[in-house]
Amino acid sequence: MEFVELIKTPKVDGVVLHRPLCPRIEGTLCVTGHHLILSSRQKNAEELWLLHSGVDSIEKKFVGSMGYLTVKCKDFRVIRLDIPGMEECLNIASSIEVLSSLDTITLTYPFFFRPMFDVIEDGWQAFPPETEFGRLFGEDWRISYVNKDYKVRGWIEGCAALNLLLGSGAFRQGGRFPVLSYFHAANDTSILRSSQPLTGPNGRRCKSDEQLLNATLRPGKRGYIIDTRAPNVAANAKARGGGVEPEVHYPQWRRIHKPIERWNALQDSLVRLVEACQDPNSSMDKWLSKLEASNWLTHVKDILTTACLAAQCIDREGASVLVHGSEGIDTTLQVTSLTQIILNPDCRTVRGFEALVEREWLQAGHPFADRCAKSAHSTSKQKFESPVFLLFLDCVFQVYQQFPCSFEFNEQFLVLLFEHSYASQFGTFLCNNECDRKKVKLQTKTVSLWSYVNSPEMLRTYLNPLYEPNNGVVWPSVAPQSLQLWSGLFLRWETNKSAEDAAWQEVIHIRHHNKELKSKVTKLRRQLEELQREARDANLLEE
Amino acid sequence: MEHIRTPKRSNNKGAQKPHAPPDYFMPVQVENVRLQDRFNTRKPAIGTLYLTATHLIFVDPNSKRETWVLHMHIESVEKLPLSTVGSPLLIRCKTFQTVTFVIAKERECHDIFESLIMLSRPATITELYAFQYNPQATLLDHEEGWNYFSLEAEFSRQGLPNNRWVHSPINKDYQICDTYPRTLFVPTGATTPILLGSSKFRSRGRLPVLSYYHKDNHATICRCSQPLSGFSARCLEDEQMLQAIMRANPNCNFMYVVDTRPKINAMVNKAAGKGYESTDFYSNIRFQFLGIENIHVMRNSLDKLIEVCDLKNPSVGDFLSGLENSSWLKHIKAIMDTSLFIAKAVLDEHASVLVHCSDGWDRTAQTCSLAGVFLDPYYRTLQGFQALIEKEWLDFGHKFTDRLGLTAVEEKEVSPVFTQFVECVWQLTQQFPCAFQFNESFLLTLHDHAYSCQFGTFLGNCQREREELSLSSKTYSLWGYMRKNMSDYVNPLYSREHPVTQGVLLPNTAPQNFKFWRGMYNRYESGVHPRESVTDTVSAMKDHSASLEDHVRLLEKRIAGVKKLLGKDTVLSPDLQAKGDSNPETVVNNPVPTKDSPSEDNGANAVSDASSESGIEDVQSPVNGDSASAEENEEKNDKEDNLDSTNDLVEEAEASEGQDVPETKAEVDNSPSAGAGDSMDVSLNRLSLEMDSVALEWKAFRNIRQCSCETPLDAFNKKYHCWRCGDIFCTRCIDKQTPIPGHYSQRPVPVCRTCYKHLKLESKLS
Repeated sequence: MEFVELIKTPKVDGVVLHRPLCPRIEGTLCVTGHHLILSSRQKNAEELWLLHSGVDSIEKKFVGSMGYLTVKCKDFRVIRLDIPGMEECLNIASSIEVLSSLDTITLTYPFFFRPMFDVIEDGWQAFPPETEFGRLFGEDWRISYVNKDYKVRGWIEGCAALNLLLGSGAFRQGGRFPVLSYFHAANDTSILRSSQPLTGPNGRRCKSDEQLLNATLRPGKRGYIIDTRAPNVAANAKARGGGVEPEVHYPQWRRIHKPIERWNALQDSLVRLVEACQDPNSSMDKWLSKLEASNWLTHVKDILTTACLAAQCIDREGASVLVHGSEGIDTTLQVTSLTQIILNPDCRTVRGFEALVEREWLQAGHPFADRCAKSAHSTSKQKFESPVFLLFLDCVFQVYQQFPCSFEFNEQFLVLLFEHSYASQFGTFLCNNECDRKKVKLQTKTVSLWSYVNSPEMLRTYLNPLYEPNNGVVWPSVAPQSLQLWSGLFLRWETNKSAEDAAWQEVIHIRHHNKELKSKVTKLRRQLEELQREARDANLLEE
Repeated sequence: MEHIRTPKRSNNKGAQKPHAPPDYFMPVQVENVRLQDRFNTRKPAIGTLYLTATHLIFVDPNSKRETWVLHMHIESVEKLPLSTVGSPLLIRCKTFQTVTFVIAKERECHDIFESLIMLSRPATITELYAFQYNPQATLLDHEEGWNYFSLEAEFSRQGLPNNRWVHSPINKDYQICDTYPRTLFVPTGATTPILLGSSKFRSRGRLPVLSYYHKDNHATICRCSQPLSGFSARCLEDEQMLQAIMRANPNCNFMYVVDTRPKINAMVNKAAGKGYESTDFYSNIRFQFLGIENIHVMRNSLDKLIEVCDLKNPSVGDFLSGLENSSWLKHIKAIMDTSLFIAKAVLDEHASVLVHCSDGWDRTAQTCSLAGVFLDPYYRTLQGFQALIEKEWLDFGHKFTDRLGLTAVEEKEVSPVFTQFVECVWQLTQQFPCAFQFNESFLLTLHDHAYSCQFGTFLGNCQREREELSLSSKTYSLWGYMRKNMSDYVNPLYSREHPVTQGVLLPNTAPQNFKFWRGMYNRYESGVHPRESVTDTVSAMKDHSASLEDHVRLLEKRIAGVKKLLGKDTVLSPDLQAKGDSNPETVVNNPVPTKDSPSEDNGANAVSDASSESGIEDVQSPVNGDSASAEENEEKNDKEDNLDSTNDLVEEAEASEGQDVPETKAEVDNSPSAGAGDSMDVSLNRLSLEMDSVALEWKAFRNIRQCSCETPLDAFNKKYHCWRCGDIFCTRCIDKQTPIPGHYSQRPVPVCRTCYKHLKLESKLS
């Protein structure tokens, strides 16, 4: 294996590890093809197993012959390794650097990982599009296999003819013609998503695209187009061949611009936020101004507001909604998936949420490999990285903390998804789209995250003890007072959460006790009724 | 606020008229008033505004919504420019409620404006609401609460006096310091001349005395005011006093002197002949400035914070920068940091700490009491926290009348010092959700009643003033009132057994850990709060479990009884085998896993018991919690030095429950009529009655928009379950407590009016 060449110093003794909130450990450091391992080689002692792919950046410092490595991970954790020997330290640093950014996807850990647990249900097969959509959308919509070779793709209105799809596909950026994202059975409305229309500077139009969109509307109904770009950004896009749906050509649709920040701005925001969170000695003023300057919560508010708007169109106005930005793979997905969290109780269950991630993010082609290549400590200025998915998770967290009894999963579940979207032993979040995933045969070569999460013993740890299914729509507040920094994620390594964990244990305990008592009472009542009957038959009890 | 309007029926009708200047107490009624909503300006509620002796009440007949504003809570009244529909009147409250009424006629608006100005700021203290408040005798006893706490009792709980710290009678008639309590604890080494000399050298005679004694290592927290040192003055006695305090702690050869002020403030005071201790004169002290700002800065900071809270649809940026500019959280952090410094000195360095600010009644009270909360788990209980407020705030003379602005005092004396303390405790509860026996509602109630003047507890600037006002005979005590409603204040996650509960709390004071307290400052902004409350849900779950446990005991008894009747031997049943049917106690323990932490359950139950037993008495109920506890208290007073008097309410209640349970059982076992007794008497009707009387499912709070009486239920209304039918009601509809047949213990539990009627009817029929 080629890894050997990359590992010049596979093992160093006498390394000291400093981790946040944990006592230091001294032991032997090993570098393997996929992990950085530190073990004190004592019984019961904790070990460090760090995936190379989880390393965001690495800093070296030398004092005398001692080397100090600061390893910053994608999950925002910062650890320090004190390594005796300058050469060893340099070797290890360079090994990690190379191994943490392997270009060949098939060399990454998910392709080597073998599950230590029994796969009861294969996560790759858990959410096939056919059944998912069948379950959600009833009969008026059909699945189109027009994209079965990944030229264009979608689920479409039953009556739409093939040529419409192809026509529309040619008119939308990246061929992403309007497809069904969610069907609101309660009032027959739907959310569609697409990329921007390629109207260009000359105002091109496409009859097929117009017909396709109109085919999704009920007779006499109007729809809304939510453009996640500011009007001027959308206008500028025209010059580059993109654009918006002009009202003349789409008279049944009303366009609303709801700008949501994208790309570098988000990445920059994350970098600033994490930097602010990791400075425990800053003053209150400094912290608050840094928190404000990061704009993170502003982004959260923007996305939530837009999702609420889409949900309102559907639920209150009974109008269908088409959501798009430019490419339809970032902000568009944030809005459509969050709207479903608000509207659809099913998405607030564990399986429903997994299905949502599968449908609205993985199958919809959010480029995870590009967006999550680096996290908050990244020094490289690649322009593809952006915490789009993380922002979505944060928004879900905000809704969750306003409706703490309406979600089947807990905060840990969201944190887990964040971690695995950035670095994982599972194949779920690898690659940029379905097409790429097929090419490297992820389904057969790697294990799905869902296989792991849905195993009964793991699932238990991600369940919310307060969950009571809520069939209603959950309207979150987007007032700044209601939005909170997601401390369970961003301050995870800064603050000791044991008191909070203890509180959750107590809640679990109280809930469990209550459930037990209920079933006990039911059982005893039944027993007593039977005995009563017996006694009455024997004339031992009076009426 | 629900709790403020409890005496709703009695107080408007003019039972207090004799005290009142007649002009203002004619109930005024204005029709066709609009209540303006900050967010929904398009559809204002239209209704009737009533001005009573104590409240301003707005009733919207359409939505049945009522808005109550207690006159004493009014911070400011402002007439806004006339609009097309009338004259708007903006009322801001000390509880952070802001309401705008639009009154059609300018003249009426002006009348109300004038009246409110007069009513909200009485000129003298005896005109305050507390002197007129007169609840129904069944609701609250006059004596209740006044004798719960005493400084001696609190110090004896801490293990004093001992050979290091003794009680000094030097101030027993307030001779040396009129803002201190009569009882002072001082080191044994401090002779009378030292005490006298030291007191003369301290601002307002507030000499160093004991505030908290840490049993584990003998380190202490003492408090005083600033020394009158000026630029070079010194006082031998004061120096000896500090030496005596230091020597009373055998574990450390130095002591800390913490000046909670910023250094610059202390320097300024030097010029006025005051200042701080010089390390040149005082040997073995470590002197520390800690930088909490003065009352004026705090007042301005709160004003700015309120402005931020009042912003209309702020952006995240507006809000955060406003929060930053207010500096409010910075001040909260400074108080926490200082308190943590004190606690850590005691804990880690085993050093005694002397704390002062300028007069030693604002910042000193905040930090000493907060350090106490960090160090001593007792102060995190419902009763311990009240004892702490009695000690650090009331006894040691925090100027409540002035700081809260209860009477028409100088504006510059008003400052949110107590509010800040309450917030610091709230911040702690956020970091340690299981460590406090009380919940957010307790803190809010405490805060609001400090301002409400409904009770005499927080009136006056020091103990001497309180005695002169004869508050304990002329007014009611907040502690008595709170005890009646204890179950509303219990944190369902608290458990006595928990390691967090037991130990020392050392909060993380990095700025990231401080939150904006929307439950306080944006309390009346119904839109911004979580739509589902964890505390309410978990509390209901615990109550429900308590009900079911009680029911299980009865069911098991019944099953055993019927089996006996059928001649089935208990041996046959695996269920009964485990318990032996004569001993119901084990039955309960058996199947219930929670019993591995029994005292936790007791803790919470006991409190709710206390409230249910001594709450609104059911006529039929033989239990009389009131008189029982009153007797106990009298007993306590008889033997003053008795340790018993420090017993916390909860333990008391626990104990009484402990007695109760066997008692009730005995009662039940002996008297078949009580229900749980002799199974031979049980008829089929009775059995089905018992089964029907305990709700197996309790309704979830979600989607409950109104009570059956059509009162809207929103985030502000506390919602209660009926233990019989499991439905949800508002506080007015669940005023009955009665035993239900399906419970073994036969203790009174909350039921709705319909169920109450049912139960009465059933008991009559049988």
